[in-house]
Amino acid sequence: MKAFAYERPATVQDAARLAAERPSARFIAGGTNLLDLMKLQIETPATLIDVNRLPLAEVTETEEGGLRIGALVRNSDLAAHPRVRTDYAVLGKALLAGASGQLRNKATTAGNLLQRTRCYYFYDTTKPCNKREPGSGCAAIGGFNRIMAVLGASDSCIATNPSDMNVAMRVLDATVETVDPQGARRSIPIAAFHRLPGDTPQIETDLKPGELITAVTLPKPVEGVHLYRKVRDRASYAFATVSVAAIIAKGEGGKPRLAKLAFGGLAHKPWRVQAAEAALVETGSADAAADRVLDGARGQGSNDFKIPLTRRTLRATVAEALRA
Amino acid sequence: MGSCAALATLGASLRGRAEAAPAAVDPQPQTMPVSLEINGTRHDLTLDTRTTLLDALREHLDLNGSKKGCDHGQCGACTVLVNGRRINSCLSLAVMHEGDSVTTIEGLADGDSLHPLQAAFLHHDGYQCGYCTPGQICSAAGMLSEVEAGWPSHVTDDLTRKASLTDEEIRERMSGNICRCSAYPNIVAAIRDASTKI
Amino acid sequence: MDMNQPIGATPLDGKPDGLVGRPIDRIDGRLKVTGRAPYAYETRDLKNPAYGFLVEAGIAKGRIRSLDVSAAKRAPGVLLVMTHENVPEQGEKKEQVYPQLQGTEIRFHGQPIAFVVAQSFEQARAAAALVRAEYDVQTPEASLKAARPNAVEPKPAQTPPDSELGDFDGAFASAPVTLDVEYTTPVQIHAQMEPHATIASWEAGPDGDRVTLFTANQMLNRGQTSLASVLKLKPENVRLVSHYIGGGFGSKLQPQPEAILSALASRSLKRPVKVALTRQQEFHVATHRTDTIQRIRLGADETGRLTAIAHESWSATAPGDVFYETSAVVTRSLYAAQNRLTRHRLANLNVPIASAMRAPGEAVGQLAFECAMDELAEHLKIDPIELRIRNEPEQDPEKKVPFSTRQLVACMREGAQRFGWDKRGATGATRDGQWLVGMGMAAASRLNPLMPSQAGVRLNPDGTLTVRMAMTDIGTGTYTILAQIAGEMMGLPIERIHVEIGDTAYPKAAGSGGSFGAGSAGSALYVACDNLRQALLQSAGMNAEGATFSEGRVTSGNRSEALADLAGAQGVEAKGEIKPGAMKEKYSQHSFGAHFAEVGVDADTGEIRLRRMLGVFTGGRILNQKTARSQALGGMIFGIGAALMEAAETDTRYGYFVNHDLAEYHVPAHADVPAIDAVFLPELDDKANPLKSKGLGEVSICGAGAALANAVYNATGLRIRDYPLTLDKVIDGWNEREGAAQRRT
Repeated sequence: MKAFAYERPATVQDAARLAAERPSARFIAGGTNLLDLMKLQIETPATLIDVNRLPLAEVTETEEGGLRIGALVRNSDLAAHPRVRTDYAVLGKALLAGASGQLRNKATTAGNLLQRTRCYYFYDTTKPCNKREPGSGCAAIGGFNRIMAVLGASDSCIATNPSDMNVAMRVLDATVETVDPQGARRSIPIAAFHRLPGDTPQIETDLKPGELITAVTLPKPVEGVHLYRKVRDRASYAFATVSVAAIIAKGEGGKPRLAKLAFGGLAHKPWRVQAAEAALVETGSADAAADRVLDGARGQGSNDFKIPLTRRTLRATVAEALRA
Repeated sequence: MGSCAALATLGASLRGRAEAAPAAVDPQPQTMPVSLEINGTRHDLTLDTRTTLLDALREHLDLNGSKKGCDHGQCGACTVLVNGRRINSCLSLAVMHEGDSVTTIEGLADGDSLHPLQAAFLHHDGYQCGYCTPGQICSAAGMLSEVEAGWPSHVTDDLTRKASLTDEEIRERMSGNICRCSAYPNIVAAIRDASTKI
Repeated sequence: MDMNQPIGATPLDGKPDGLVGRPIDRIDGRLKVTGRAPYAYETRDLKNPAYGFLVEAGIAKGRIRSLDVSAAKRAPGVLLVMTHENVPEQGEKKEQVYPQLQGTEIRFHGQPIAFVVAQSFEQARAAAALVRAEYDVQTPEASLKAARPNAVEPKPAQTPPDSELGDFDGAFASAPVTLDVEYTTPVQIHAQMEPHATIASWEAGPDGDRVTLFTANQMLNRGQTSLASVLKLKPENVRLVSHYIGGGFGSKLQPQPEAILSALASRSLKRPVKVALTRQQEFHVATHRTDTIQRIRLGADETGRLTAIAHESWSATAPGDVFYETSAVVTRSLYAAQNRLTRHRLANLNVPIASAMRAPGEAVGQLAFECAMDELAEHLKIDPIELRIRNEPEQDPEKKVPFSTRQLVACMREGAQRFGWDKRGATGATRDGQWLVGMGMAAASRLNPLMPSQAGVRLNPDGTLTVRMAMTDIGTGTYTILAQIAGEMMGLPIERIHVEIGDTAYPKAAGSGGSFGAGSAGSALYVACDNLRQALLQSAGMNAEGATFSEGRVTSGNRSEALADLAGAQGVEAKGEIKPGAMKEKYSQHSFGAHFAEVGVDADTGEIRLRRMLGVFTGGRILNQKTARSQALGGMIFGIGAALMEAAETDTRYGYFVNHDLAEYHVPAHADVPAIDAVFLPELDDKANPLKSKGLGEVSICGAGAALANAVYNATGLRIRDYPLTLDKVIDGWNEREGAAQRRT
């Protein structure tokens, strides 16, 4: 870990000002991913701006009947929140499927959104990685790539977003609220928040330098069965190989009348294909939906299994929702 | 092979980047005062900003009960309670805990009288080598509070109801604490036993 | 005592309520649950240590072209940067303990290339990252599969690499029923919770230099000898201290590079130096269990009687190293057949150093062989237990000597009855909701060695007893069982026994490894106590015949004396020693067991989860029912990991293990382990050692994973011969089956 200056601002304005003054600064909240990476010198900020004391830890109701989740709301608090448990179960389930009790007690809503994508080679500074060192190459392509992407990957990067929460946020159409160093606020739809790698895999989100997430808002609840199916190699405390976040409402004749689906473990960002949802409602067939989701899917060798696994997991999830 | 040739310019294992900036522009190590309440006693320290809460306990306060198993939040051996909540002390900087109240394994017992979890681990042989044990016990203490507060888990069927402390719930909630000796069945028995005595 | 004949009656016999065997709590337990047990990195005996951080090679083969340490040396707090250019002269390698930082040649990824010492941990770690290496990189050879044709016959280990009996080829060719299958097992990592760690203090002295290492080490006297060789010191001038060890599983059988480097750095700095490997470094700098390829051929008649057995194994280690995985050794003694062949071949590859991991040989050997037996049973439509019973040998089939004890059949029958084996359904026939359910079983067998070991005991004036030896407790319960043995022998309650182990200043002991720890160290203690008994009787002028020691007194005839009174003002000391003898050759000695597992396979995703498991074992006299059960459960859970998740994946382009941390190398977590149980059948083995005990730490992993794999077959009809059984292989199996079905239609 490189040495760094440490700042502990008390207000959002001060945090933004510090970020503007210190170009290689990083905000730190839970720290569960950032410190992990700093110890390996994958992240080397010259200044850490500790935002934990900012007043951003509230969950409040919005006028539209949705929820506004403060950036610093811990994953465990969010999962235990009464409104999340009753109205946004897919989010609660996704949060509880992630990491461990200890990590969820530290990890924050904003920090979870900003989890770096996961790749063995990204984590090893002796190996080429375009994300860590643009232009050095991608060791995962042609290597061992069990955890890597089968959708939306590029020749530069095949890493995956490891977050469970993000998949649920995607299916819930969340909005990310930010403030930039100049104090300007904006709202970013979750669909536009995470990026595909393209030829700039080092840029993972739409955030600009120094821009601070202040909250995530959820629209009013969507009725239906909320499921989060996480498939993994160990029964707990493991990243998803594939995950499906689903909100499905049953209609006439046992067919879904509403379907919202997002997928984890497949791509550089939570994956959602609206045509797949339409196909599910139209045909009632999970396979028809899977065809749309997996359109263009390409395995890299050791992750080929994710393609049939996605189809199988979607089938099981849809069936479970319609049984409920 | 192309990818290997690229390696020739890369450095040793913990290297930042091939074109990493020279040391001259790296910030000098910074130290900061920090005040922590540990096991009920206030400690005023001056620490390198890089010092984790775990290393502060082990290297600066001679509290070696909290263990370093992975230093990356992947094993749980470093689990302590901060303001009553269990966290991985390896993934938190000491300076981030100014004014916080920290309970470590050394602070659980009441004098010579063991905490019910400690007594239960002893009786049920909830360990072998003992290295993950302080983390398991602190984690269990935090976990039982979470259950008491009505928090659900991944295996809770109905999120809207308060979960009961089944073995399945204990196992899921304790999965952030790896035990390579694999005392898991005995740890679960110990926690089940102690949960009725706290 | 040399173990040349069966021990006969001993003071431990006929005491069903005695201290030995009783499930007492660990005597070191209170220190462990309060966090006060000091592990190596935590000792307070060596003051003011500096902090070391190891720098390892990021390539697997090539040469260091330049090593720029200037920035590291200038970095704040740095005291020393040691490389091949300034490392002190070292001696000869001993076993797998190698001199460090020798020259510019890189033979494997993770080979140490520098050692940085600074005032603080943070400074040392940051400075280590400033060491700049440039390499001339060569393409590594890192694939066992590719190297297999050129693998060589290794130098003999404890046993020869090859064995042959009868005419395997002829018998196999003419057998009515044959099986010829290959299994592969991946690189596995010990992943003990405490990383390798040492605090070393080097002191120059008039009688030569001395070094003290508080270090995480399972076999202190072995480590003393090898470190003396590498550090060019007399063995008596090397002291290893290891009071508490955070797991070993073989990874700490020998000193690892951090012990050598911290000792050398302490020599240069004239100050103690402490260092721990990072978790990531554990995978490459320390040792691992090699991957294996195993070919098994079985020939049998229609009734399942084996006529021909061949088990061949290929494994790998680093260039210049001789360790090979003895996968097929257990096959030499497990089942009867007239015609037999075992063969081991080794490939030296640009991979880190392979070494022993819990039940080296047997653990992976039985992952393969016990599945092959299941395949044969399936083929013959014979119950897997019945197939094994039909091939039960009357004596060791290769050594042609009797077994000291062998209750494999009893273990299988007891287990079958307890587990409800008769409820096992036909292949693929049982379903519970989303789960395809299956049961499997496997036999377990592990060699029971006895190693030379010494012990010292001292009866103190206050009537307490002090036990001393350079033994270790890696979590197996050694402290406790030693106290139980001494207490039983001397008739003292457990509270009056002080066990002092973990220091080469004490009598030489076997250490912990290879299932020999309790039997060897415990037997040395038994002999020491026996000698103390005789000394006390003699000095008191009491008749040894019929003398009993109990409740702190010795009684003989009509005389009874308190031990405290016999201790006198100075106390009384005695020593004891055990050595293997003729019993080792005259009898084939193994612990046995049987595993039963029930798994569920998610019919959609292919996820495999264990539902329940039972192990039934024999290990001679059980010294503590509580700690023994814990050890057995631990071994079984290691087997769960081996079957379902553990694999360090080699990227052969770089010759390194890609998933080198505990987030990506999965070991079982709490949620992977449902209700499981382990039981022991009564047994005494009077050929094994004076305690009549046998090893337990390893038999419980042997075959455990195979029971799960066989259960997966029973659940799904899929025979996955490439460990671990991950969901992708299940899905592949289903896809192949569907493809085949479509081709048929």
